[in-house]
Amino acid sequence: MLLKDEVGMLQRVPLFSGIEPTKLKLLAFTSDRVSYSAGQILFRQGDEGDAAYVILSGRADVLVDSDSGPIKVAELLPNSIVGEIAILCNSSRTATVRAASPLEALKISKDHFLRLMKEFPEMTIEILRVLADRLSHTTADLIDARNA
Amino acid sequence: MEPSLARYIWTHTKRQQVWILLIVVLSMIPYFISFDLPKLIVNGPIQGKGFGEPGATQPFMRLHYNLPFIGEVQFFSGFQLDRTETLFALSIVFLLLVIINGLFKLYINTYKGRLGERMLRRIRFDLVDRVLRFPPIYFKRVKSAEVATMVKDEVEPLGGFIGDAFLQPVLLGGQALTAMLFIMVQNFWLGTIAVVIVVIQIVLIPRMRRRLIVLGRERQLTARALSGRVGEIVDGIGAVHVHDTSNYERADIAARLGLIFKIRFDLYQWKFMVKFLNNFLAQLTPFLFYMIGGYLVIKGRLDVGQLVAVISAYKDLPGPMKELIDWDQARQDVQVKYQQVVEQFTVEGLIAPRIGALTIDAPGPMTNPLSAINLSIADDGGGMLLDRISLQVKPGETVALVSTATGGAEALAEAFARLNWPDSGKIASGAEDLFELPEAVTGRRMSYASSDVFLFHASLRDNLLYGLKHAPLTSVPYEGAAADQQRWNVHEARRSGNSDLDIRSDWIDYASAGATGPHDLFEAVRRVLDAVLLSRDILDLGLRSSADLTRHTELARRIVELRAALRTRLEQEGLSGLVVPFEPGAYNKEASIGQNLLFGAAAGPELADKALAANPYFASVLRQAGLDRTLFEMGMEIAEQAIELFADLPPDHQFFQQLAFMGAEEIPAYETLLQRLKNRPYEAVSENDRAMIVTLSFAYIEPRHRFGLLSEDLMSKIVAARNRFYETLPSELQNAIERYDPARYIAAASVMDNVLFGRVGNNHPDAPDRIRSIVYDILDELGLYAELLDVGLDFNVGAGGRRLTAGQRQKLDVARALLKRPDFLILNRPLSALDQRVQDKVLRNVLDEARCDGHSPAIVWVVTNPAMGMMFDRVIVFDSGKLVEDGTLETLLAGKGIFKELLS
Repeated sequence: MLLKDEVGMLQRVPLFSGIEPTKLKLLAFTSDRVSYSAGQILFRQGDEGDAAYVILSGRADVLVDSDSGPIKVAELLPNSIVGEIAILCNSSRTATVRAASPLEALKISKDHFLRLMKEFPEMTIEILRVLADRLSHTTADLIDARNA
Repeated sequence: MEPSLARYIWTHTKRQQVWILLIVVLSMIPYFISFDLPKLIVNGPIQGKGFGEPGATQPFMRLHYNLPFIGEVQFFSGFQLDRTETLFALSIVFLLLVIINGLFKLYINTYKGRLGERMLRRIRFDLVDRVLRFPPIYFKRVKSAEVATMVKDEVEPLGGFIGDAFLQPVLLGGQALTAMLFIMVQNFWLGTIAVVIVVIQIVLIPRMRRRLIVLGRERQLTARALSGRVGEIVDGIGAVHVHDTSNYERADIAARLGLIFKIRFDLYQWKFMVKFLNNFLAQLTPFLFYMIGGYLVIKGRLDVGQLVAVISAYKDLPGPMKELIDWDQARQDVQVKYQQVVEQFTVEGLIAPRIGALTIDAPGPMTNPLSAINLSIADDGGGMLLDRISLQVKPGETVALVSTATGGAEALAEAFARLNWPDSGKIASGAEDLFELPEAVTGRRMSYASSDVFLFHASLRDNLLYGLKHAPLTSVPYEGAAADQQRWNVHEARRSGNSDLDIRSDWIDYASAGATGPHDLFEAVRRVLDAVLLSRDILDLGLRSSADLTRHTELARRIVELRAALRTRLEQEGLSGLVVPFEPGAYNKEASIGQNLLFGAAAGPELADKALAANPYFASVLRQAGLDRTLFEMGMEIAEQAIELFADLPPDHQFFQQLAFMGAEEIPAYETLLQRLKNRPYEAVSENDRAMIVTLSFAYIEPRHRFGLLSEDLMSKIVAARNRFYETLPSELQNAIERYDPARYIAAASVMDNVLFGRVGNNHPDAPDRIRSIVYDILDELGLYAELLDVGLDFNVGAGGRRLTAGQRQKLDVARALLKRPDFLILNRPLSALDQRVQDKVLRNVLDEARCDGHSPAIVWVVTNPAMGMMFDRVIVFDSGKLVEDGTLETLLAGKGIFKELLS
C-alpha cells in the first residue's frame, strides 16, 4: 500500500475526514507502517499510551482484563482508529489490542500527532469538532440511559 | 625547587658547562689568529712589504707579537716563501681558519642545544612530578589550563637559554675582549675610543631594559590567566550556553586581550627604543675610527694596513657586544619566568617522594583496622565538615555511612581515600598513620569510587584497567633498531633526570584482579562489569561499533557460522520475516537503493554518502545500466514529494528526522533546483545538478517511504548495475569499498550489520529489540560473547568520559574499584546518577562480588538513601559533622535516633 492509498484510508477515518489531504500525507509519511501477524499484541492494557493506530488491512480484537481472563469487547476493522484517546490525554491504555489476522497498520506517534496539531490549527479545530460531536452523542446516550 | 635559575642550571650541568667552556677557550686560538691574517695579507704579499727585490722570501708562519710590557715574542721561525707563494699560503691558512672556526661553532652550538633541551626536559619533568605530589587542596585553587601552560609554554624559553647560561658570556666576552685587545694592540688610542663607547653601552642599555623585565613579567601573568580562562570556557561551555553568557565571556576575553595587547605594545616600544640607542652607539665607533684613524693615516702616524685591521676587528666587536647585552636581557627575562613558575610550584605540604615510590612487588594485605581518631576536617572557608570523629572499621566489616545533608560522611570517605587531609586528629591503619603509608599499599590494597568520576580520554578498557597499572611488570624485549632506540631513550631519560620506566611494558597487575595474565583477565573484567550492570551497555556499544580485526580475529573467522546460526534461529522462531538478508543476486527491498547499488560498505570517502552520485566511475556504471535517467526522474519525484510535504515546516521541526533524503537546510536549495529543472530535457541538465537529484534516490526505501517508485524492472536493473560496478571496478577504487560477501567479514561495517548481513524489516515495530537479544544469545552460544564485550571495550570514552552517560561513568568507576580486589573498599555515593532501583541492584551485586572467592574486604559505603543501610553489618549516622549513631541495623532500628527518622 502506498502513501497516497494511506491518505485515502485516513480520509475515511472520521477523526481525520475534515483535514486537508496534504496534511494527512505528512501525517502518513511521518508515521510508521507496521505489520503484525495474527496473535501479536499492538499494546497492552495499562501500558503508557504513546501512539494511535489506524488499521489499514486485517482485523484486531479489543480485549479487557477481567477476573476470568481477557474478554473481547470489540473488533476493529480496516479504516478504524484505536488508541487515539491515549495520545490526546496522558492516560494509560484501557484495553489490550491483539491482531486477529495478519494486520497492517499505521502507527501515529503521540509526539508527531501533537506536533501536527500545534503546527496546523485548522487541523486541531477539525479534531475538536469530531471530539465535541462524540461528547454530545455520549451525553445524549447518557440522558437516554437515565431516562430509560 | 631551586629558586635561583643560575644555581639550578649549575647544579645539574656543571660538568658539561665546564667542558663546553674549555672548548670555547680552545676555539679562541684560531679565532684570534684569524684576526691577524688580513693585515698580513694586505701588508705582505699584496703591498709587497718585505718583498722589495724579485725572488725575496719571507718567513711563513713565524708567529711573533709585540706585546706591551713583554716586548717581542717569537713562537715559530717559519718557512721561507716568495711573494706569490706567501699570498697563496696565507690565503689557504685563512680558508683553513674559516673552516676550523666554523667547525668549532657547529660543535659548540650542537652541544649547548642538547644541553638546553635536556634541561628543559628535566624542568618539565620536575614540574609534572611536583604536580603529582601536590596536596589535594592545591587543586581547588588552581586552574588546570594554567598549570599546563606553565609546564608547556612558560618554561620553553628556558631551554634556549640554558645552553647559553654560562657559555654565552664567556664566548661573547672572549670574542669582544679578543677584538678589543687586537684593536688595542694595533693602536692604543683607537682602542681607547672603542672601550669608552662599550662602557657606555654596558652601563646604559641594561638600565633601560629594566622596564622591559617588569613588562615581561606582566605579560607572562596575563597570558597565563588568559589560558586559564580559555580552559574554563571550554570546561564550562554548558553553563555559558544555558545562561546566555557567551557575550559576557566575549567581553571578558576581549578585555584580557586588550590588556595583553597594551603590555606587548609597550614592550615593543621600549624594545625598539633600546635597540635604536644601542645601534647608534655601535655605529658611533666606526665614525670615530674613520675620522680619527683616517686623520692619523694622512698624517702618517698609522699605516693603512693597521687601520684596515682595526676596522675589520671592530666589525667583530659590536656583534658580540650586542649579543652579550641581549644575553643579559634574556638572563633576566628567563630568571623572572623561572621564578614565577617556581613560586607557583612551591607548595606547602608536598607529598614526600617515598609515598609515591615505585614498588614492583605486591604489598601484603592490610589486616589492621582502619580508624579515625579525633578527626576534624574543615572546608576551604573554615566550616567544620567533620568535628572530632573517632571510629574504627574492622577488616571484613561492611559499613553504611548515612548522612544528613550537612552530615560529613562524604568528607570521611574522602579522608579514608586520602583525598581530603585532616585538620586535626588522624586516620590510622592499625598503629600507623594512614597518610604515612606509601601509595603502593593504599593504592593497591584500598580502592575508592565516588560520584565525581574522572575518566581519561582513552578506551573503556584502558579506563577500567587503569586501577591496575602500578608498576612496569615485564621487561619488553627489543631487537635491532628498536633496541638501539630504547637504549637511547633510557640514556637520555637518565641524563635529564626523567623516569626511565618503560611505558610499553605490561603495567597491568593481573594478580590483584585474581588473574594470571592477559588470557584470563577477561573473566574478572566480565564479572565486575556484570556486577555493576554495565555489560549490556558495553555489548550494545560493541554491536554498534566496527571491530578492530587485528585484535578480534575470532569474529571475522566465524562470521559465516554466526550468520548461519542467526538464520536458523530466526526460522525456528518463525521470525525469518524480520530480516531480509543480503544476497548477491537479489534486490533487498528493506535496504535503500544506494545500498542495493553499491552492495558494500564504503571504506573511504570516495564512495561514501553524498560523494557517491558525483563519483565519475559510479555515474558511468549507472549510465551503462540505463539507470541514470530513471534514477534522475525518481530523484525529481522524491524532491517534489519531499518539498510538498516539508516546505511549510520550520527548519528545526522534529519531522525532518523522518526525511532521509535531505536536511532541513537543503530544502530551499532543492526548491530552486526543482523549479529550474522542471520541464527541462534530461540531456540539458548539468552533471552537478544530475548528481544532486540522483543522490535523493539513493536514500529511498520503498516499504518505509511508500512513494511507489520501485518496479520489478528497476530492481533487476539495479542488481545488474551492481554486478557491472564490481566487474570493472578500477584499481584506485578497490580500497574504497568492501563488497558484501556472505562468506566474509566486512571490516568497515558494525558488528551488528555483520551478523545480520541484511536489513531489519521496516514494518516490524519491535524487531530491532528482538533481534538484538537473539544476537546476544547466539554470540553467547558460540562462545563469542567475550569477544563482543571486548569490541565494546575498545570504545573511546572521549574527553573526561563525556561520551558515556553519567550513570555509565559511575558504574565504570565502581567496576574499576572492584577489579583490584582491595582489602578496604571505600565508596562515596558512587551511583548517585542512577535511579534507586538500579542503585539497590548494583549495591547487592557489588557486596556479593566483593566477597566472592573467599575475599572479605571491609566495605565503607556512603549511601544516598538510608534504606540502603539494610544491606550492611553496621550503620553509622552523621549529622552536622558529628557521629550521632553507630551500631547494627537492629540496634538503630530499636532506638529512636535520627536514622529511624531518616528512614521514615
